Amino acid sequence: MRRGTREYALWSILILVVLVFALIPIVWIASLSLKTPESVTDGRFIPAHWTFDNYKVLFQGGFDNSPFIHPLINSIAIGLIATTIAIVLAAFAAYAIARLNFPGKAVILGGALALAIFPAISVIGPLFDMWRSIGLYDTYLGLIIPYLTFSLPLAIYVLVAFYREIPWDLEQAAQVDGATPLQAFTKVILPLAAPGTFTAAILVFIFCWNDFLFAITLTSSNNARTVPAALAFFTGESQFTAPTGNIAAAAIIVTVPIIIFVLFFQRRIVAGLTSGAVKG
Amino acid sequence: MSATAGRLGLGGRKPAVTERARSERRLGWMLCAPAVIAMLLVTAYPIVYAIVLSLQNLDLRFPNDTSWAGLTNYKTVLTSSLWWQDVWNTVFITVVSVAVELTLGMIIALVMYRALFGRGLVRTSVLIPYGIITVVAAFAWQFAFAPDTGFVNPALGIDKAWFGGHWSAMAVIIMAEVWKTTPFMALLLLAGMTTIDEGLYEAAKVDGANAWQRFFRITLPLMKPAILVALLFRTLDAFRIFDNIFIMTRGAQNTESVSILGYNQIISRTNLGLGSAVSVLIFVMVLLIAFVFIRAFGVRLAEGRPGT
Repeated sequence: MRRGTREYALWSILILVVLVFALIPIVWIASLSLKTPESVTDGRFIPAHWTFDNYKVLFQGGFDNSPFIHPLINSIAIGLIATTIAIVLAAFAAYAIARLNFPGKAVILGGALALAIFPAISVIGPLFDMWRSIGLYDTYLGLIIPYLTFSLPLAIYVLVAFYREIPWDLEQAAQVDGATPLQAFTKVILPLAAPGTFTAAILVFIFCWNDFLFAITLTSSNNARTVPAALAFFTGESQFTAPTGNIAAAAIIVTVPIIIFVLFFQRRIVAGLTSGAVKG
Repeated sequence: MSATAGRLGLGGRKPAVTERARSERRLGWMLCAPAVIAMLLVTAYPIVYAIVLSLQNLDLRFPNDTSWAGLTNYKTVLTSSLWWQDVWNTVFITVVSVAVELTLGMIIALVMYRALFGRGLVRTSVLIPYGIITVVAAFAWQFAFAPDTGFVNPALGIDKAWFGGHWSAMAVIIMAEVWKTTPFMALLLLAGMTTIDEGLYEAAKVDGANAWQRFFRITLPLMKPAILVALLFRTLDAFRIFDNIFIMTRGAQNTESVSILGYNQIISRTNLGLGSAVSVLIFVMVLLIAFVFIRAFGVRLAEGRPGT
């Protein structure tokens, strides 16, 4: 019994430490975003005076003058477009790899894996030069192309792992039972493939949403600049005020929805992140 | 061909490729083609282009002075003390952060695997760093340690300029890197841990092995493949460190990494020739690290998976 209590206490402490460590930065940045400009340097972990001014400032001036609205729209649009294209391309490839027999399968999977360890900084120079000469510099397409390329390995691996688990024979069974090929696909296969595909889409979107290197090297204005890059260029309202509160508020706006999403789909995300990590 | 047929026991007769097999093959290639082309277009072609650029004197401020440089750019980079300082910084950050992540990741994986309660809570909290943009987390840590806005100094009762010294700045950078990527390590290790047969632990218990012995004699050896794959991907990922340094110090106090150096040359100084030489050298180093892992540790990449 004593041993049980001690073990219980040990686990409690460990769990508490993990929890606090994971939560500190997010609680801290939320606290900063609610501090008034006068109290932002008071060093308190919990704000003494609360204000939503930091959030209001972000949206002042509308689409053209706000430092935040345009990058936010860019981030969402570029992320969604790149994710959609990447998932479509990866789904084709993953279906072929999981279900069809053809030479070159191993080479494609190996190549995708090699791409996963490819240092993005190595192609920054060429892309910067090429995009400038063909007019893709500082455009949506200029970011969408590298995003979809660099997220394809992740998408293909996750989808192959999920698609291998699907009992494809059901499709034929449905056709034997009188379903048309289209019905067999939409009523049987699609519902089985959708969860895995959705998981891959979440992971790819988070990858695009998180990128900083491409975003600061291949854009020069709010035309295509995404939120992570825009944050690095935030300035205070006047040259005497640091943009700390505004950066914190913007950070909370782009973080909280993703966190809620991740927590809501956590089982799937864990399955996706570790798919293929173990043999089988 | 005949060897294949012989092995298959087909009596030396070459098996005819059926019409069905041929069309399956064609469909397979067609379905993979778009993804393969997209992947090659933004990696294989640009890396060749980077090699070409690295052999030229090419500064976008003086586009008319472009000329072939041979290997002079490489010579300039490899003889500069800044490059070697940055290589050392990058290696240091990589080794320390991956070592700390492996230890912490293993503890968190054990908590998720063995905890009597709160397993879901740990998994939930572990996913939070994964969901946060690296730049956002970098700002959070920078504000936390900054002497004017931070809570760290008041909490510790000290007055330290964390970003004013090399080692303290490096420590904060490494901590931010560890915070962001430990969850991924923990999840990969947990996946490896769950494949171990529970019966082995029971048998060891019966034979009188204590918890430490069970961990070092059963868990660790059986997890070796999973650990090595996780190490390979995290090492190569940490080696590319850019976001955290860019936000927190911009390379001040000698905290520059090789990726920051490449960025400064290409984008800030628009010296495409010199910057591309740095890029190609980083690419070569990544290949070397992967090669060492595969050769020395026998990482079987087929068991691996792409990182985040």
